[in-house]
This record gives sequence, C-alpha cells and structure tokens, in this order.
Amino acid sequence: MSEEFEPNIVAFLCNWCSYAGADLAGTSRMHYLPNIRTIRVMCSGRVNPLFLVNALQQGADGVLISGCHPGDCHYLEGNYYARRRFMLMHKLLEHVGVDPGRVNMSWVSASEGAKFKDVVEETVTKAKEAGPMDQFRRRQINW
Amino acid sequence: MVENYRPKIGVYICHCGINIASVVDVNAVVEYASKLPGVVVARDYSYVCSDPGQGMIKEDIEKEKLNRVIVASCSPRMHEPTFRNTLKDAGLNPYFLEMANIREQDSWVHEDKEEATEKAKKLVEAAVAKALLLEALEEKEVDVTPSCLIIGAGIAGIQAALDIAEAGFKVYLVEKSPSVGGRMSQLDKTFPTLDCSACILTPKMVDVANHPNIELMTYSQVEEVEGYVGNFKAKIRKKARYVDFDKCTGCGDCAEACRLAGRIPSEFDEGIGNRSAVYLPFPQAVPAVYTIDPERCLQLSKGKCGKEGPKCAETCQAKAIDFEQQDEIVEVEIGAIIVATGYDIFDANRKPEYGYADNDNVMTGLEFERLVSASGPTGGNIIVGRDKKGEGGYEPKKVAFIHCVGSRDESVGNEYCSRVCCMYLAKQAHLIKEKLPDADITVFYMDVRAFGKGFEEFYDRVRREGIRYIRGNPSEIYRKGDDHTLIIKVEDTLTGTPLEHESDLVVLGVGLEPRRDIREIIDLFKLSQSTDGFFLEAHPKLRPVDTASDGIYLAGCCQGPKDIPDTVAQAKGAASSALILMASGKVKVEAQVSVVSPDECRGCGFCIEVCPFGAIELVDENRMGNIVKVALVNEALCKGCGSCAAACLSGAIQPKSFKDEQILPQIAVLGVKS
Repeated sequence: MSEEFEPNIVAFLCNWCSYAGADLAGTSRMHYLPNIRTIRVMCSGRVNPLFLVNALQQGADGVLISGCHPGDCHYLEGNYYARRRFMLMHKLLEHVGVDPGRVNMSWVSASEGAKFKDVVEETVTKAKEAGPMDQFRRRQINW
Repeated sequence: MVENYRPKIGVYICHCGINIASVVDVNAVVEYASKLPGVVVARDYSYVCSDPGQGMIKEDIEKEKLNRVIVASCSPRMHEPTFRNTLKDAGLNPYFLEMANIREQDSWVHEDKEEATEKAKKLVEAAVAKALLLEALEEKEVDVTPSCLIIGAGIAGIQAALDIAEAGFKVYLVEKSPSVGGRMSQLDKTFPTLDCSACILTPKMVDVANHPNIELMTYSQVEEVEGYVGNFKAKIRKKARYVDFDKCTGCGDCAEACRLAGRIPSEFDEGIGNRSAVYLPFPQAVPAVYTIDPERCLQLSKGKCGKEGPKCAETCQAKAIDFEQQDEIVEVEIGAIIVATGYDIFDANRKPEYGYADNDNVMTGLEFERLVSASGPTGGNIIVGRDKKGEGGYEPKKVAFIHCVGSRDESVGNEYCSRVCCMYLAKQAHLIKEKLPDADITVFYMDVRAFGKGFEEFYDRVRREGIRYIRGNPSEIYRKGDDHTLIIKVEDTLTGTPLEHESDLVVLGVGLEPRRDIREIIDLFKLSQSTDGFFLEAHPKLRPVDTASDGIYLAGCCQGPKDIPDTVAQAKGAASSALILMASGKVKVEAQVSVVSPDECRGCGFCIEVCPFGAIELVDENRMGNIVKVALVNEALCKGCGSCAAACLSGAIQPKSFKDEQILPQIAVLGVKS
C-alpha cells in the first residue's frame, strides 16, 4: 500500500451524553481525526445491533456506539440494554471472522470532550490495524 | 398535504461567520448538496440563525414550496428549536427539519480543510437521505400541575421557595436535616459587608415556615420521583423525630435532662461543641421542634435508658416525646422541581501534611466560623484547645491562614477554584484582628481572587489592618515540642526564601466539594455531573439553571461553588424558570414518541420488558375475526428513547423521527467511503 489506509467509521452517539460530549470537544476546539461520521440517536439503547452489521456491509471499516455512563442514562437503563446487545453482537461478529477491533463501545458523558477525542483516536487506530473491511460488502441500496 | 409525498428539499449551509467557512469550503458543499436527490434549493449564508437567514428559509418554503429543510450549521442541541420554529412560522410541520452538525463535530475539530469539506458533504448527504423519509409529527400539550418541589432548604432553596410562593404557587420544601438554614446558618459574618449571617437569614427561615403556600418538610427525604415535565409525582419520607411535632414547644427541658447531654459532637458546630441525643441543631432552628437522634439515643438504639427509663420523656411537660413514632410517607404531585442540595466542605484529612487530624489547633474554615460565632460553643471568644468538657484552652497569639486547601489542587482531584475561600479567609483574619488586636496574623496564599462586588476593597482594607499576606503554599505543618506551637514550612515565592513560620492556630481555607451523598440525587433525578463533580447545567452560559431533564432546575452550590449573592441570584433564576412553566399552565410533550404498526406486531411483549417508563401495554386487536394481542404505546409516558425498537423482532415498533427506515439510509450514506 503506497498510501496509508484511512478507515471510515460510523458512530452512533446518544443525544444526551456522547453527542453532547462530542459537541463539547468541538466547543473546546480539540482536534481529532476526521474519519468519524456521526449518526445521532436519542439513546444508545435505540441502536439495533443489526445497525452495526449494516454499517459494515455498507462499507464502514469500523463502528462505534457511545452512550451515557452506567447509571447516568437519560432514559434510566437504555445504555445497559445497549451494552448487552453490543456484547452479543460483538461475540457473533468475532465468531464469523470480523476483527473485534472494528466494533467498539464506550461511555462518554456530556462533560467528557477530551474523552471523546481519545475514544475517536482509539477507534480509528483499531480499525486501521484491522485494515479495509471487505468481508461482507453488498450492493449499495438506494433507499 | 399531497405535495409532502414528493420531497422538495431546501439545504442551507451556514458560514457561522468564519467558524465554519474558514475550514469547510462552503461553496463546494452547496454545489454537492444541490445535486442530491430531492434537493430543490441549496444556499449558503453567513449566519442562517439570524433574522435574515431565517427569513431566507421562510421565503423559499413559500416560493419554492419546500417541504423538507436541511440546515447544516451548529449542533442540533443548539439551534434545532430555533429552526423548528422557522418552519412552523412558514406553515411547515416543524419535524420536517433535519440538521447536519458541521461546526462542533466538523469545522471546530478538524484542521485539514479538504477532509473537513468531505465530511461536511457526507453529513449533509446523510441528512438529505434521512429527510426524504421524515414525517409530520403532531405536538401535544398537557396541563402543568401548579406546584413545585424544592430539595434542600439552604439559602438557595429558601429563596426559590419564597419567590414561587409569593407568586401564588404551592411549594413543597424538603430538607434532610431537622432545620432549614443550611450552610449559611453556620456562618458568623458574611464578606465583604460583614453582615451577621444569622441576622439576614433567620427572617427568611421564619418566612418559609409561616408562608401559607409553602409546605415545609424538614427531616425528610425524597425517595422516589416519576413522571415528566409538568406532571411529576414524588414520594417523600418524613423521618420519625420521636417528638410530636405539634406538641413540642421547643423549651429544651428534654435536652438538658438527656443522659447524654453534652456528650455527642454537634454537627452544626462542626464538632467543636456538643449536643444531647435529643436536640435542636441551633437555637434559631426552624421549626423549633426537637429531634431524637435514633443512632445515639440509648432508648432507641439500645432499648434501655438508665434504670428509670428515658429522662427526656419524664421531663417533657407537653408529653411530646413519642418513642413509638414511625416514618411517614407523603406523596405529592408537582409540575416542576428545583434541586438545591448544596455542598460539603473538603475533608482536610485528605491533605495529611497539614496535620489536621493530629492537632486541635489546626482547624477548617467552617470550624473557625463556629468558633468565632457569638452563638457558637465559646460564645464568640476565640479560645483554642479546650478539653472535652469545654474547659481550659488559650487565646491564640500567632494565627496563620492557608489558602486553597483542596481547591486548585490536582493531587486531590479538584482542579477548580472554590470561589469563596480567598474572601472568607480575609474576613476571618479581620474578625481575629477585631477580637484579638495584638494577634500576629499571616495569610499564606497562591493568588488572591477578589473578583466580586466590594471584594477587592475588602481585601485592601484587611491588608491595611496589618494582616500579612505571604505568597506560598505550605508543604508541611507540624507541632514543635510539647506545647501548642505549630511550624509551617513554606517558601515565600516572591522572595524565594524558605520559611519556618511559627503559629499557635492554623485555619485551613478548605474548598467546596460536591455533596458526598450526591449519588442519591443523581439516581433520583437522572442528573449529570460535570468534570468537577457538581451537577451539570444544560448550557454553561445560556441555560445555567436548567438541567438536561425538562422541568428540573438547579440552584446554589450543587451546580458549582458560589458565594451567597450568586446563590441567591441563581435561586431566583431557578424560581423564575419554574414559574414560567407553572404560570403558562401548559407544556409541550415529546412528539418523537414510539409508534406501533399493529399489522406487524406479533404480541411477544419484548418491548414491554425493556421500556424503562412502562409506556407500552398489550391490547386486543381484531385481526380478521381473530382476537390477537398487540402492543400499544401510551404517548404521555413514552419519552422516545427507542429501546423498544432495538428489542422488537419484527420492527413493528419504531420511535418517530428515528425509525429504522430513517437511520438505515444515513448508514448507507456514511458507510461508503468518499
């Protein structure tokens, strides 16, 4: 590879903590890698585990789910559901041969702009190590 | 509404001055957006949120018959409500708006212009993909219960309660300790004006107890809160005082008679003075009703008090002592909640080098307040080193004050400035000079932050009184020999001289910390903490009293350290926010709720199990003559988190505006590499 591989990451951030944390990183002018593309959801519990597979199918090299810290969920317990679903999907993806570094989950609160930056860097690094994702790419769907 | 089926999208890319335009090539994004499917208009503007910017959108909606609007600008957490209103004003359903965050999550965090522009294009494209499938949502209003719950009856809670009650609304004021007053009641004089704290506070304490609109619940705790903005329900536990509230006259005979009289350290006096097992925290306490401490009282903790039984009950002429009293649970309905739970002071034992644990002449600022207070255990005489019975002791001759103990100190995890210590130490130095004119007083400081109204003048006055300020942070404080002389090891950083300063009283300017029981309140109300551990406000500048949860407001030091004027100002702000809600009488409920497609629902009930709000139930549905069970969402209880959608096996339940069919196109756009 002549040019360094730049992975494409799709991130699902919950509105109340992680999206706000990502906003704070912006307000504080912290610089991080531009590989990340965010989709805002109200709660990390909204993230259907199939979204992860879908993102990988569509061509993403890595996926990130981020929610409120355990106990801080704006909707009481959505992040716990998110964690359980994530763990199962993580295991399944590993089982079918997807590098476990591609799918990541983190807790970032609304005051943790610096942590969000770290999480992005870590996710990108792991996806870089895993290389381009072409294991189950499918045709582009025109919605 | 037929035209809504053929999307006509308007895309507006904001420059935000140079905030976006200096990093993102706005023209390239406009050109890219104009070619996306369904896009009719794509424009850029310097400030889309400005009046002309919004006017441009309205004009396009009318002229071009737009039925979807994309604004690519700042975070939707910032201006989504603004642009929703723009759409509404132009006669379009406000939920046909989608925002692309190209400022906080693009131009402000990336330096590479090319990459940032590519990302902006993608984010706009994803917004367009989602907007194609957006639906009109109906906003509903519900009535607001015209009453307010306030937690904590320190000066913040008291002020907020009085303001709301004066405006004619019902207030439930809940205080954990036996009396209202909070930390302010423990203080002697207040900086910089030297008003006596009790003199300005006690009238307000009496007012909250007497106000017809305020229901005061002291020695009580909120146990459960449910509901949503405008319609909360709270369960409050009124702990048993073991003293009949109505019979007690507050005469104090019981406290004198108590077998443990003068043997239990008083919390109010910070352990300098003592109390009985049956006690009134301080003489001006409101309500003036005694309370039995169930952990210390012999009758309650051991089941036996002396041979003849409890003396308090015997002495009480009003027959108010009642050992059989039980906790009482009260349920209230409220429209708004104000959290005013205050702070704890820094535990000086976490700085062991200052010798707080070993020397009774090293004390915290709050202990000194009690020592110097006329209502304190020494009657305001500055006597240090008394024995347990309160006898002996000496008048200090050389007094030292230490700034920033537990504030601005990363080693204890507190990077923040506590904002009050500089001034309270200056005030305390002044009080010593007033009472002991011959005392030699030295203040060791890092910086003096005299930022408030009248602060600098007061600091100047104190220095002119002959109080010496030495810049330096002590490294160690230890006892020299057998007498009470303490040595403070410090470097005077202005002259670079190492000093071993002698002193016989050291006052530590301990900082303010989040309450140690803050977790209870977080769990109760689902509040967030900022990095310093205090409660997080909804916006650091523009919404300093709001929280992320609608209808719950913050007042006082629970949100961050502040002095009394700032606390009162914030309390009035929180009161006004709660009043807006109650006075308008109506509040909009979440329109982005989940909805079930009954034809697809198989009635398994997984959604019911994961719903944190109990908003879903199974109802009968007639399917071609067969009665089957399907899920139904109660829209008043649903908050739109979407946990149900992720649990649903058939995709039958979906949160509006965040449906699978709206998220999957976003994934499809963002997944592809540009």
